[in-house]
Amino acid sequence: MAYTFPEEVLEHVFSFLSSDKDRNAVSLVCKSWYEIERWCRRRIFVGNCYAVSPRIMIRRFPEVRSVELKGKPHFADFNLVPEGWGAYVYPWIVAMSRSYPWLEEIRLKRMVITDESLELISKSFKNFRVLVLSSCDGFTTDGLAAIAANCRNLRELDLGESEVEDLSGHWLSHFPDSCTSLVSLNIACLASEVSFLALERLVARSPNLRTLRINRAVPLEKLPNLLRRTSQLVEFGTGAYSADVRSDFFSNLTEAFSCCKQLKGLSGFWDVVPAYLPAIYPVCSRLTSLNLSYATCQNPELGKLISQCHNLQRLWVLDYIEDTGLEELAANCKDLQELRVFPSDPFAPEPNATLTEQGLVAVSDGCSKLQSVLYFCRQMTNAALVTIARNRPNMIRFRLCIIEPRTPDYLTLGPLDAGFGAIVENCKELRRLSLSGLLTDRVFEYIGTHAKKLEMLSIAFAGDSDLGLHHVLSGCESLRKLEIRDCPFGDKALLANAAKLETMRSLWMSSCSVSFEACKMLAQKMPRLNVEVIDERGPPDTRPESCPVEKLYIYRTVAGRRFDTPGYVWTTDEDAAVRLS
Amino acid sequence: MEGYSRKWLMQRGEETNHGNSCEEKKLELRLGPPNGDWSSEKDDTLYPFSYISKANNGNQPQKFSSFLQLQSTAQKQSLMAQESSQTGCTKTAADVQSAEKKKAFSQTATVPNSAQKRTAPAPVVGWPPIRSFRKNLASSSSVKPATESQNVVQSKSANEKPMEICQKGLFVKINMDGIPIGRKVDLKAYDSYDKLSSAVDQLFRGLLAAQNDSSAGGKEKEGGEKAISGLLDGSGEYTLVYEDNEGDRMLVGDVPWHMFVSTVKRLRVLKSSDLSTLTRGTKQQG
Repeated sequence: MAYTFPEEVLEHVFSFLSSDKDRNAVSLVCKSWYEIERWCRRRIFVGNCYAVSPRIMIRRFPEVRSVELKGKPHFADFNLVPEGWGAYVYPWIVAMSRSYPWLEEIRLKRMVITDESLELISKSFKNFRVLVLSSCDGFTTDGLAAIAANCRNLRELDLGESEVEDLSGHWLSHFPDSCTSLVSLNIACLASEVSFLALERLVARSPNLRTLRINRAVPLEKLPNLLRRTSQLVEFGTGAYSADVRSDFFSNLTEAFSCCKQLKGLSGFWDVVPAYLPAIYPVCSRLTSLNLSYATCQNPELGKLISQCHNLQRLWVLDYIEDTGLEELAANCKDLQELRVFPSDPFAPEPNATLTEQGLVAVSDGCSKLQSVLYFCRQMTNAALVTIARNRPNMIRFRLCIIEPRTPDYLTLGPLDAGFGAIVENCKELRRLSLSGLLTDRVFEYIGTHAKKLEMLSIAFAGDSDLGLHHVLSGCESLRKLEIRDCPFGDKALLANAAKLETMRSLWMSSCSVSFEACKMLAQKMPRLNVEVIDERGPPDTRPESCPVEKLYIYRTVAGRRFDTPGYVWTTDEDAAVRLS
Repeated sequence: MEGYSRKWLMQRGEETNHGNSCEEKKLELRLGPPNGDWSSEKDDTLYPFSYISKANNGNQPQKFSSFLQLQSTAQKQSLMAQESSQTGCTKTAADVQSAEKKKAFSQTATVPNSAQKRTAPAPVVGWPPIRSFRKNLASSSSVKPATESQNVVQSKSANEKPMEICQKGLFVKINMDGIPIGRKVDLKAYDSYDKLSSAVDQLFRGLLAAQNDSSAGGKEKEGGEKAISGLLDGSGEYTLVYEDNEGDRMLVGDVPWHMFVSTVKRLRVLKSSDLSTLTRGTKQQG
């Protein structure tokens, strides 16, 4: 077939394939498809920046316009990866600046990006449009100023939940007057005040602006004026949502929100003063996405607000919503697909809100489209999990965090194996699962047997022995990412399933029972795996051989060992091999 | 890059050449799940890794106790863990390790793991899995517990402004001489220099002990953890300094606390002996 079409035709056909999986499949058909595909690949996703090198990427795909890279392990979000671990984007930027002059988009997650890198981006790519930095760090507002000043066609600047060193709020004024191309601006993570005048002028000259998320430092008093200039917004993130209660200001704010006829998503609401929440009532029926996870606000205000949002598809909220609020949600929001409930006070010994398994059961019962759940609570039962599983066989992401480790079913006082077992058995499409509560090896047997499409699994304080890990590694055939902490899993299961690790993107194990010896063996036997031990206590060799390592991060790679490891990362070098034999 | 990877490949090649020793054969990897081996978990001889299993069962307790001379409390925990109805040495190892971790990183006293299943656990790093910016929000939430009446919340609304200031966490990076890993402290969690200084002690004491151990080749473990004291008055081995918003290095404790909080950008624990006379000369007030 390949010979009957000219290359241009195939290129055109391939251009309709948007998923990376499909593109990869196409390139495996034959040599000529491989060649055609690689020359017309415009978007690249690299799930682990150490799995491949910039050189390899550029050699195979010479005409890329959009690059997405991910760096540190997911557990970095929870402070489990020490500072200075790596995931520096600079070498990538340098290589791309030489080879991809037409690069338009860079999306990074959990990477370290310096001001120098930002400056290089701003000067190297003439047609640069999109910069998304999710949970990145290492840069300051000076780097952002360079992006603002030099990227003349910038459409999207999204700082996600990055950690930005705030040197000055004036970086916004570096956007030249000629910059009118912004479609999306998210600066919600910045701590210090931005120059409000510059912000106002920038949004006023951006007719295509659809997403705007400002930071906590922008006071509520400024919102009405800002909103009047941006009535075309689809997504809006407020700053601090508090002010002295004044009726004239309230009506001013209400009116400003009502002007935004396209609004579909709202977030922000830091320091919320509940009296001002009704100001968004006029837009509630249009909302499909509502993030109240910073809004420390309770019922009845919370329930009242949510029950007006009939078209809600995504809700993030604090546990102040309580079971009663979730029951209202279940009754009113029939389109709900994603629910995240965060703890308002995760470190308190006692619950500070009446949020139990009942709330989640109610939502699973009332919202038939629910497919994604992140739920922090303090009690759970097998019966509730079984009900949820039967109610929602369409679940794709199910992350349950029972705050105290190893909490049993509070009715039977037994482990929650059967409950999570029901989830994996009923939800055939489940791709992501996080476990918590008291769990034995049995739950992993269920997971290994039933979770055929599971791609990411997070395990904490669970299992009794190597058998648990063995079930997962030998069973879950689609598993890509596995993260484990504080589980008694050790060498045997890891080594017995060594080949499985090459089919996965990464494995994280911290506070488990893996010895340095086993890590060395694994690295030796599986040259395409990078086996990195993170141990802040010093060289693992100086401890007894069977002493478990603190943290272990294993990933497959075609780039070989990395050369930017900090002192506390121990890889197995040739010396280790000599010592072993 | 090319050169590097070739060199790397060569090293790998050499490694595989070593693979003929008999030790190596014992450690042979099996790439598929072993059939039937997993049905009887206790039967270690069935595993291809009997080497490890034997090490685990035979030598480990002894090895561990020598390893644990580091801390007498940890040793007690290991004994407790061994005495408790844990299923085997692997479990013990995990318990001991996590107990030791907690010792090093948490700010409160450790609770033996065996007791943890019943009583409230000591805080564990990274658990519950919440990002730090959420913790800031949560730990200083302005809302009263649900049991309180709604009226209270509403009447509070009008004068909420002053509350906001103390709501945000103020995280600054802190590094210590001789310790490769940086940490962060939330200055809003403390209200005085003394509390900050004891927090710094908590944060680095374990790391420092571990660092000293490893640099001493793991031989001198009797010393254990020593409190890091005298951080503020220059009387100790280390002195706490900070970089202010103008980039100047200052001694912590020289200005009123609130002024310090509003200007500090970064903290450092320096060896007092390394502290430049310049800083001392201009800033020391006694």
